[in-house]
Amino acid sequence: MEKIVSRHFGQKNSHRLENYLKDNGYEAARKALTQMTGAQVIDEVKKSNLRGLGGAGFPTGTKWSFIPQANPKPKYLVINADEGEPGTFKDKYILEQDPHALLEGIIITCYAIGSHKAYIYIRGEYIKSLEIVQAAIDEAYKGKYLGKGIMGTGFDIDVVVHPGAGAYICGEETALLESLEGKKGFPRLKPPFPAVVGLFGCPTVINNVETIACVPPIINKGAEWYAKLGNEKNGGNRLFCISGHVVKPGVYELPNGTTLREIIYDHAGGIPNGRKLKAVIPGGISAPILTPDQIDVKMDFDSLKSIGSMAGSGGIIVMDDTTDMVWAAMIAARFFALESCGQCSPCREGSGWVYRNVKRLNEGHARPHDLNNLPGIVNNIGGNTICAFGDAVTMSVGSYVSKFRSEFEAKIQERVCQI
Amino acid sequence: MFTAEYLQELDKITNKYEQKRAALLPLLHRVQEKEGLITPETEKNIAEYLGIPVVHVHEVVSFYHLFHQNKIGKCHFAVCQTTACALRGAEEIIGYIQERLKIKHHETTPDGKFSLSVVECLGACELAPMMQCNKEYKGFLDKKKIDELIEKYS
Repeated sequence: MEKIVSRHFGQKNSHRLENYLKDNGYEAARKALTQMTGAQVIDEVKKSNLRGLGGAGFPTGTKWSFIPQANPKPKYLVINADEGEPGTFKDKYILEQDPHALLEGIIITCYAIGSHKAYIYIRGEYIKSLEIVQAAIDEAYKGKYLGKGIMGTGFDIDVVVHPGAGAYICGEETALLESLEGKKGFPRLKPPFPAVVGLFGCPTVINNVETIACVPPIINKGAEWYAKLGNEKNGGNRLFCISGHVVKPGVYELPNGTTLREIIYDHAGGIPNGRKLKAVIPGGISAPILTPDQIDVKMDFDSLKSIGSMAGSGGIIVMDDTTDMVWAAMIAARFFALESCGQCSPCREGSGWVYRNVKRLNEGHARPHDLNNLPGIVNNIGGNTICAFGDAVTMSVGSYVSKFRSEFEAKIQERVCQI
Repeated sequence: MFTAEYLQELDKITNKYEQKRAALLPLLHRVQEKEGLITPETEKNIAEYLGIPVVHVHEVVSFYHLFHQNKIGKCHFAVCQTTACALRGAEEIIGYIQERLKIKHHETTPDGKFSLSVVECLGACELAPMMQCNKEYKGFLDKKKIDELIEKYS
């Protein structure tokens, strides 16, 4: 399989400009700027079936086409490098080992949407990424790949690295914009969407790191090539992250049609210590959990949606048969309770309520009505909030209860027997 | 009040943004890097510099986990407790650190050498169980590695 986004991973000093240039570095940007119009670039990306790799899987070219070209306000590109979805660590590899691929993607994207300013919002804990990306930007300015009239063309572009400060919610695109504007990360009501009212009230495209890093290869080798690599509506490869109870946790670039079984057993070495699979999260903590009979699913956006889960951020977390599923539900519930931004009452109050309920169940001192009440509490958060975080609490924690109900019931039984 | 020289440093950051207020997070990082924490005095100075009400600075400081209103240890352990790390022994690691240093989440040792935060996913699940020790990510933690880190910073 040809590696695309991960083609430079593991190579010595792959983050340096001199090495990026040795492998057709910035040639796609040159091609776009000198041989294509912005509209043609958008068209090419649409045809490639590239979909957002941060979690929502929205068709990238379509998102770009929402930018109103007639709007006189400046346009912005914002790169979401907040990478906070538990189970996800792929963007870190691009930021640290191929920052110029991201910068080249940024140039092409800005050209396509008519923007001359891009911000890269990197989570504050990623100190190494922040330093390496800034160094790459400095190299790019020196080499005239960024700045005024880049690469001998008339195109101006500036890129700024912006650090987050520790808040999962800032991975949500509108909360990220709020944070970038110097405020608390409170998500905004949509509509209006960022493409119309985004950063500083101006038309803005926000895309994940990996999504934009896929753009230069698409321009170099063509949309048809990229589309063919994946499924019908989901082109290309993807960086899958796998962790938890596997022999070889790590990042694996694989086609979008790969099955979960193949990723766990053929690539990540299967489950250590002779244990068996019990449950697996397919796409970050927000994704409904899957049982062993579901792992033949293809890991693309549409296939996972059809079985009631999601491809999300590509963060696979594997649980073996020693795992207590009530405990695992408690860990998820705790995460959401701690990371709720607090703006919406159902989420602010509900996430805490869910956590305390599941914690009592896990610790064996739940009241008999706790388990009966739990679905009602969980189900009333999602759909009643400004952003998808509320939906994530409902879908994620709800899936543990519905798929492993017997374990929750057993905990109540234990308690009853103790009386 | 900020000195003229310090203001120049801050201006360098602020000038990158179309709106001054957008520089707030990187400014707070810069000040915390220099002074170790964010005090009410600092909040007031930054608010004046940006021309925004102090409460807008304070609410940002209290919203984000990485900004500290109290001094942290010379060695700060931020240990992940989310799913992938939990599956690989994070609870045991956290318990061991608490036992050895005799501090809990959000506490600093009396000699100011160590502090502990128990945090959510740091984006390094492939290294589980892991933590961020000051600026660096440390993975595949076990009691031995914890002992070595404590030894190093004691």
